[in-house]
Amino acid sequence: MAALGRAALLLSLGLVAYALVGGSFAAWKRRRRLALSAQNALLAAFATTLVAAIVLWIALWRRDLSFVYVAQHTSRSLPLGYALSAFWGGQEGSLLLWLLVLTGYSALAVWLNRRSRDLVAWTVPVLGGVGVFFAFMLCFVSSPFDTAAAPADGAGMVPSLQNPYMLAHPPMLYLGYVGLTIPFAFAMGSLLARRSDERWIVATRRWTLTAWTFLGVGQLLGAHWAYVEIGWGGYYAWDPVENAALMPWLVATAFLHSVMIQEKRGMLKVWNVTLVALAFCLSVFGTFLTRSGVISSIHSFSQSPIGGWFLGFLAIVIVFSVGLIYLRLPLLKARTKLESLISREATFLYNNLLLVALALTILWGVVYPLLTQAVNGTTRSVSKPYYDFFLHSFGLPLLLLMGIGPLVAWRRASLRALGKTFAIPAAVAVVTGGALLGAGLGSSLPGLLAYTFSAFVAASIALEFVRGRRATGSITRLVARNRRRYGGYLVHAAVVLLAIGIAGSSAYQTVRERSLQPGQAMQVDGYTLTYESLGTRQLQNAQQTSAVVDLSRGHSHIATLHPGKSWFPVEQSSSNDVSIYHDPRNLGDVYTIADGIAKNGTLDLKVLVKPLVNLVWAAGFVFVFGSLVAMWPDAVEQRRLVERYAALPV
Amino acid sequence: MTLALVLGAALAVLAVVAVARPFLREPVTASDALDEPGELERRRLALAEERDQALYALKELEFDHRTGKISDEDYRRLVGPLRRSAAEALRALEPRAEARHARVAKPS
Repeated sequence: MAALGRAALLLSLGLVAYALVGGSFAAWKRRRRLALSAQNALLAAFATTLVAAIVLWIALWRRDLSFVYVAQHTSRSLPLGYALSAFWGGQEGSLLLWLLVLTGYSALAVWLNRRSRDLVAWTVPVLGGVGVFFAFMLCFVSSPFDTAAAPADGAGMVPSLQNPYMLAHPPMLYLGYVGLTIPFAFAMGSLLARRSDERWIVATRRWTLTAWTFLGVGQLLGAHWAYVEIGWGGYYAWDPVENAALMPWLVATAFLHSVMIQEKRGMLKVWNVTLVALAFCLSVFGTFLTRSGVISSIHSFSQSPIGGWFLGFLAIVIVFSVGLIYLRLPLLKARTKLESLISREATFLYNNLLLVALALTILWGVVYPLLTQAVNGTTRSVSKPYYDFFLHSFGLPLLLLMGIGPLVAWRRASLRALGKTFAIPAAVAVVTGGALLGAGLGSSLPGLLAYTFSAFVAASIALEFVRGRRATGSITRLVARNRRRYGGYLVHAAVVLLAIGIAGSSAYQTVRERSLQPGQAMQVDGYTLTYESLGTRQLQNAQQTSAVVDLSRGHSHIATLHPGKSWFPVEQSSSNDVSIYHDPRNLGDVYTIADGIAKNGTLDLKVLVKPLVNLVWAAGFVFVFGSLVAMWPDAVEQRRLVERYAALPV
Repeated sequence: MTLALVLGAALAVLAVVAVARPFLREPVTASDALDEPGELERRRLALAEERDQALYALKELEFDHRTGKISDEDYRRLVGPLRRSAAEALRALEPRAEARHARVAKPS
C-alpha cells in the first residue's frame, strides 16, 4: 500500500508541475486547449492526492506499523478516532493534508470559474506552483509513506492530542490556512493577465470569507482544546503557533473590510492585493512554525528539517508577489479618492491600519527569538506583557471602531448627523462604564474599557438593526437587502461577546491554590470546595487518578468535580484532567486542576473562578451564524454580476 | 505490491487521459486561441463596474438618509452629483456609446 501512496504523490507532483509549466505556457502563448489541459491537471491532482490520503488513512485505521509515520504517531491501544486523527498529528501527514485541501480547493475554484478563461488561465499556474512545493516536500523531503520493519508497538500519540477537539481543530485551521491560497492565486492571476477590473474579487469573495471563517473557528476550537486539555486554566497563551493562526486571520479580516472599499469606490487596489499576498505568506509562515518546531511552543511536538525549505518557498512567494505588484502598479490606480476623514471608508481604513499593525507586532514577537538567535547567538523571547500591551493599544481602539463604523455614512458625514446617530450608543456606553465603576470593577482599566466599548458596539449594532428595520419594513427584508453588511454586524456581535468573555475571565478572574487532605475544604469567591476522596480507573490506553471534590455555595451542593491526572504507559507521559463547573449565574466557570497528587493522598488543588468565560465559546456560534449570513448567495447581486460579465469572454 | 502497482498504473493512465482530454476531444481545431477581452471589452467592463459603483453609491446614500446618518441638507447636496455620474455611466454603456468608443479606439 505504501508504494501506491508514493506513486499517487509522484503523480500529484507531476500533475501540479504540469499545471505550473503547461499552464504558464498556455496563458503566455494564449493556447486554449493547453490551458484546459492544465486545468484538468489540477483536477486530476486532487484525485491522486485523495488516493494518497486514503492510503494513509487505511494504514492508520489498520495500525499498519510498517509505515514509519503510523508507528511514530499511534499505538495498538490508541482509540480508533485518535488513530485516524494522527493523519494531521505529525508533520508528514499535515503536509499531505495541506496538499489535499489545496488541490481540492484548486479543483473546485477552477471548475466554478471555468467560464472566466482568461483569468483562470493565469490562476492555474499560481495554484500549480504552490502545489509543486508541497508535493515536492511530500515526495522527497518528508514522506508519510516511508516504511520499515514493523515494531511490536507504536510510539503512541502525545497525550494532549488525545482529545476530541483534535479531530476538528487542525483540519479547520488547515481549511483556513490553505483557503487563503485561492484569493492569492486569483489576485496574482489577475495581475499576470494585466487585468485592472474586479473580476478576481468577485471570483474569490466567498473563498476568502470561507477560509477566514474556518480559520476563526479553528482558533476557537484550539482555544477550547487548550482550556479543557492543557490544564493551565487559560485558553490563549500567545504561544507562537497560536499567534501563527491569528496573524493571517487578522490580515484576512482587514482584507474583508478593505475589499468592500475597492468594490464600492474603486479605491485601495494596491492595498488589497498586498493584504491578500500578506495573508497567504502568513499562512505559509504559520504552517512552517507549526511543523518545523523551530520556535519553542506547546505545539512543537518534534524538531524537523523542513524549516529551510519553507523559508525558501516563503522567500520565493514574497519576491514574486512584491515584484508582480510593483510591475503592475499602473493597473492598480484608484478610480476615486477618499472624500473625508469622517466617512465609512475612512473608518474601514483606520480599522485596516490597526488590524495590520496588530498582526505585524505579533509577527515581531514571534520572530524575535529567531532574530536574537541569529544575531546574538542567544535566544530571547517576548512574553505576555508585550502582547497584552499591543492588544490593549490596538485591540481596544479596534473594538471602539466596530461601533463607530456602522454609524458613519459613506463618502462624508456631517458632525450634526454624527451627533444624532452617536447619541444613544454613547449614552449606553457612559451609563455602562459608570455602573461598572460603581460596582467596583474599576480595578482593571483595560477590562473596564473593554466592557464600556462593548456596550457602545452592542448599542450601535442594535440601533442599526432597529433603524434599518424601520426603513425597510422588516428584519428579513433588511438582511436580505445586504447580507454581507448584516452578517458582518452579527460577526461584530460575536466579537463583542468575545471581548466581554475575555475581559471577564482574565481581568476579573480569581485564582487560589491549596494542599488538601481528604475532608479538608477551601473557599474561593463564595464557593466551597471540599476534597472528599481519591480514586483510580483504567482507561483504554491510560490509567486515570482523580479526586472527588464537592462544590457548594452557601449550604447548597452544586456539583461534584473530578480533577485528576492520567498516565499513558505507551507514551510514558501524563496529562492533567481538569474538571469544570459551568455556572449559569455568571456565565462563568469554576475550573479545578489537580496540580499534584501525593502518594499519601494529599491533593494540590488549583481553583480558578472565571466569570463570563462561556461567552467566549458562545461567541463562536454567533461568529459562524454571522459568517453564514454574510456568505449566503444574494440572488439580486448574482444577477447583476452575471449581466456585468455576460457579454465578455472573461 | 502487485495490486499497488496495478492501482498506481491505472491512476497514472486516468491522470494522463484527464490531462490529454482537451486534445483528444479536439485533435484538430480551427482556432486554438484563448479568449481574451479586447480593448473594447475591457472598457465596457470598466464602465459596467463604474455603473454598478454609482448605482450602489446612490442606493447607500438613500439608505443612509432614511436611517438618519445623512442630514436632509447633506443628502440634497450629494444626491445630484451621484445621480449624474450614475446616468453618465448608464449612457456610456448604451450600444451607440459603445460603437462611438469603438470608433475612437480604432480610428483607421
